[in-house]
Amino acid sequence: MAGRVITITSGKGGVGKTTATANIGVALARRGKRVACLDADIGLRNLDVVLGLENRIVYDLVDVVEGRARLRQALIKDKRLPDLCLLPAAQTRDKTAVKEAQMLKLVEDLKKDFDFILVDSPAGIEVGFKNAIAPADEVIIVTTPEVSAVRDADRIIGLVEAAEKPAPRLIINRLRPAMVKRGDMLDTKDVLEVLAVELIGIVPEDEGIITSTNKGQPAAFDDRSPAGGAFTRIGQRLLGEDVPFMVFDDSSGLFDRVSKFLKR
Amino acid sequence: MSFLTRIFGQPHSADLAKERLQLVLAHDRMNIPPATLNALKDEIITVISHHVDIDRANVQVEVARSAEGNRLVMNIPVLGLRAAREAKATAARSARGRKTR
Ligand SMILES: Nc1ncnc2c1ncn2[C@@H]1O[C@H](COP(=O)(O)OP(=O)(O)OP(=O)(O)O)[C@@H](O)[C@H]1O
Ligand SMILES: [Mg+2]
Repeated sequence: MAGRVITITSGKGGVGKTTATANIGVALARRGKRVACLDADIGLRNLDVVLGLENRIVYDLVDVVEGRARLRQALIKDKRLPDLCLLPAAQTRDKTAVKEAQMLKLVEDLKKDFDFILVDSPAGIEVGFKNAIAPADEVIIVTTPEVSAVRDADRIIGLVEAAEKPAPRLIINRLRPAMVKRGDMLDTKDVLEVLAVELIGIVPEDEGIITSTNKGQPAAFDDRSPAGGAFTRIGQRLLGEDVPFMVFDDSSGLFDRVSKFLKR
Repeated sequence: MSFLTRIFGQPHSADLAKERLQLVLAHDRMNIPPATLNALKDEIITVISHHVDIDRANVQVEVARSAEGNRLVMNIPVLGLRAAREAKATAARSARGRKTR
């Protein structure tokens, strides 16, 4: 069976695409799925450091499409999770180094050996974004609960629809429950209402993301981490499990509650 | 605007964020300039106020996305039926023996 290609994208930069790709990759691989994480952010690669695999890069995506390396040679196997692989982006080239047709071919080859291919898209709406979207079977859009990020997410939703992809699903990242509670941050309900898309996960603001990125050990390795747990649940939802959405409550840390308005 | 806002008068920044988002997305989605959308809003308000009294300050405009495409949604709080009020006023005036214009 051919693997599922899921592109993780956003309009605004820095909202957490790379963090989400790495953590969802870890979450799926921990459940025994064969996962390839593909860094499509050519010229600004980061997925390697977030996954802690930067020291093992020999070849990159551009080497593969230009025929200097075979796909198998360029793929880096994660020693902690043998089912997880990374195909790094080139760092010294720019986004025009890869053509859409080359990207499609590359991903087609990956599909034979993996259950999931997670594509970490660059921000924006230019060629890098288009290359990342082209091979996608499914699209996940990441936003933070801020006016500018949500506005740009809306633009991306329109472009994904125009590309005739299935309706994208949304991750709301860096939610701060205390701010939502006092009415100083857009709530999940507000964001979903204006964007009219399906939610696939809410990830709280979590210092653990920074410390785990420092170490190159994604938070989803740790079941006690709030953000790691949120990414694990996103992985479960991708596998078709019906996992309730967390309601984050600041006074008591976290507790599980199925919230009616999020159930669609 | 939320219940708290009305009591304390100070809008929460999340409420402002949502309102601003709805308007900015209305422009983005319809791909028309803010000024044009405002003109459209004003004209619709004028036409509607010929027939009903409305709460102009709280009119909301939104372009909602749905599977069938974009929908322009206006939320217009109605204070009362203008025709009914005018009829009443006219009756009162004629009772006082004055002519209406
Ligand atoms: N839930 C979170 N809590 C705390 N920090 C976070 C969270 N998610 C992301 N960050 C931090 O935000 C920063 C940007 O994240 P990331 O690199 O994943 O974004 P991106 O969308 O891939 O950015 P770019 O558009 O540059 O590719 C990083 O420093 C990351 O550690
Ligand atoms: Mg990134």
